[in-house]
Amino acid sequence: MTVELGHYVAVSGVIFGLGVIVALGKRNAVAVLMGVELMLNAVNLLLVAFARFGAAFANDAAALSGHAFVIFVLTVAAAEAAVVLAMAVLVYRRRETVELDRITLMRW
Amino acid sequence: MSSDATSRPLPAAPRPATPMLRQILEQPTLRRAFRGAPLPVRLALVVVALGFLAVNVAIGALVVSGRLDGHWYDFRDLGNATGGLAAWLDDRGLGPWLSYWVTALIGGLGILSFVGGVLLIGTWVERRLLAKFQIRRGPNRVGPFGLLQPLADALKLIQKEVLVPLGADRRLFFLPPILVFIPAMLGWGPVPWAPRMAYLDINVGLVYVVAISSLAVLAIFIAGWSSNNHYALLGAMRTVAMMVSYEIPVSISLLSVVLFTGSLQLSEIVAWQATHNTWLAMILPFALFTFFFSSTAEINRTPNDIAEAESEIVAGFHTEYSGMKAGLFLAVELGNALLVGALVATFFLGGYTLFGLEEWVPPYLILAGKISAVYFVFVWLRGTLPRFRLDQLMGYAWKFLIPLSIAFVGISAVEASIFARADLPGLVVLGAFGVVNAVLTVVLVRFWARIAGYEAPQGDLAQPRLTTTVGGLRAAQRLRITR
Amino acid sequence: MDSTGIVVGFWVLAAVTIAGALGVIAARDLLHAIFFLIVSFLGMAGLFITLSADFIAVAQVLIYAGAISVLLVFAVMLTPLVSRDNGNSLYIAPGALAGLALAALVVFVAVDADWAQLSGDALAARSFPDTAATIGELLVGRYVLAFEVASVLLLFALLGAIVLVHERRDDDAAAARAEDGAAGDEEAA
Repeated sequence: MTVELGHYVAVSGVIFGLGVIVALGKRNAVAVLMGVELMLNAVNLLLVAFARFGAAFANDAAALSGHAFVIFVLTVAAAEAAVVLAMAVLVYRRRETVELDRITLMRW
Repeated sequence: MSSDATSRPLPAAPRPATPMLRQILEQPTLRRAFRGAPLPVRLALVVVALGFLAVNVAIGALVVSGRLDGHWYDFRDLGNATGGLAAWLDDRGLGPWLSYWVTALIGGLGILSFVGGVLLIGTWVERRLLAKFQIRRGPNRVGPFGLLQPLADALKLIQKEVLVPLGADRRLFFLPPILVFIPAMLGWGPVPWAPRMAYLDINVGLVYVVAISSLAVLAIFIAGWSSNNHYALLGAMRTVAMMVSYEIPVSISLLSVVLFTGSLQLSEIVAWQATHNTWLAMILPFALFTFFFSSTAEINRTPNDIAEAESEIVAGFHTEYSGMKAGLFLAVELGNALLVGALVATFFLGGYTLFGLEEWVPPYLILAGKISAVYFVFVWLRGTLPRFRLDQLMGYAWKFLIPLSIAFVGISAVEASIFARADLPGLVVLGAFGVVNAVLTVVLVRFWARIAGYEAPQGDLAQPRLTTTVGGLRAAQRLRITR
Repeated sequence: MDSTGIVVGFWVLAAVTIAGALGVIAARDLLHAIFFLIVSFLGMAGLFITLSADFIAVAQVLIYAGAISVLLVFAVMLTPLVSRDNGNSLYIAPGALAGLALAALVVFVAVDADWAQLSGDALAARSFPDTAATIGELLVGRYVLAFEVASVLLLFALLGAIVLVHERRDDDAAAARAEDGAAGDEEAA
């Protein structure tokens, strides 16, 4: 049997779904960030799979624009992780907790 | 007490000019051992030495006569033998994957056996060499000249009881020795030993090496955290902070290398140094120093070994590990030192080439010699320099090495673009770059050090005087040996 | 891509990655969850290698498994022991439903759609001989604006993270109090 684009898209979808479960269903802020990272990973996989299999690219360099996009996603993910974790530490200093159920100051 | 002392002849006062060097050079251990051995042993040693010489001369004659060129038994490049085996297997028609797997297995086993063998010898070399630097003998009990000491160490560690501390995370506790061994082995993949002997000759070898070294950080953290020991956890956090900080100067100094050679592939970097008949160490001295020093921090060796500072934090992250688990940590420290030696040799010292000598001498022997030279410098640093404090280390990385590395990458970028466009002979241009970089290194380092607030020590440092009598400083003063 | 090696590699690596993601959900301790996440990252790097994306694979290992994971670990170390149990929030049930529905939708589309993909010879012809150089040319050629914006973003993220967690040291606080005291004296005088 062969491995085709559909397989990679399916794996990417499964990992994205699992990332959604982690991001929506966990109490700790750091765990929510882990879910977001899983989602970004799934998107990276999708981009690279289309760069490899996609029929719409004129040549190799155009196909590698998918890889360039993945580099940007990696960059933004790292920057976002740094800022989110800094905020989590700051929230812990003020509120003595990082559980999202307890940080309800801005709720209705 | 003074009457006792005056009845013995007083030892001569050591001369202030390098007394340690004289003592090191004047040790006639080998000559005395040879004269003290019985006659059959001496004859056997002489026969073995002459035989070794004869074999080398025969091999040299064979190589010079050119009868080896192009055959599969050309041992100057072991890739010829494996390539011949792969071709033979392909001719048998058993499938294209068989030759691939067989050559992959041979290469992997070769790397494992080489690294394992050198680990055994390296333990002995390190302890005896360290002892030489500290003017004492190393292990000399276990075999002739202590040569069986690594074997004794291994046997001792194997038979030790492996204790898992109470409350430690059992499932995670046995992982770190394995996890820290994997990057130490994987890093050897891209290193080219000969033109046809690079096991994992990937296009992104340089980034692969940096990525593998960043995996070792996690293993150390798991070791510290799963030990259920405050000191182990503290040691692990300090180590992780240090290793993560020093990954940045490693990457930035390797950027200068990539700018000149134009490729991330390690065999291409070595080929560039061969075709341009130069070593990147001569062109990029600051990159060499930064890579070397940051790698000592990456592998937790003195002067950057706050991880397992034997006098400070018990044993850091591997406090709770006993038996062969601790043995694996120690072995990995040595293996990592050899790996860094191989990387320094590949990136900066020309790899397996030696200005054309690699046609006659097998290139893997040249690379092994360079690895030994870099390892010697590692042991030299360990025997000479005291340990840096953690805040000194971190300040040095962030405030000194990183800004200067970035400045030098900028300078290297300018030079590389000049080199790519100039029509002058390559050696002239590269020589000019070498001189300019050396001058800029000195100037920028002094300038930045002054900005960072470092002041040179005022006046002359007093030379230490060795007092060789018992009784300490007071007794030596009384005997008028020292002031 | 029909060689046995790639097929076996794909299924094994996909299983490892998904198992890692499941481990993040099911782990009882937050640090165990981070280690499962690292396994998932490494599996993803393997999937990138099956897609001939060598530079992206080593960049994934370097950035995700080497740096972001360490960042997560440090954040967990700096936050309290009380909430380290990787517990589920109130929205776990609708969250799980949403995630599973999304995954099912994407899997159905992936399996059922007629993708406009290369196969066979055309697929083998696109072999990416030199990804790093081409990505570099793209980054400073066609996507230079995004590249510059990303570098500015990294700078702001770095500065922001430092400013956010920077604690006023005692001498800074004392200097601030002295300033306030001097301003108060000036007002009074």
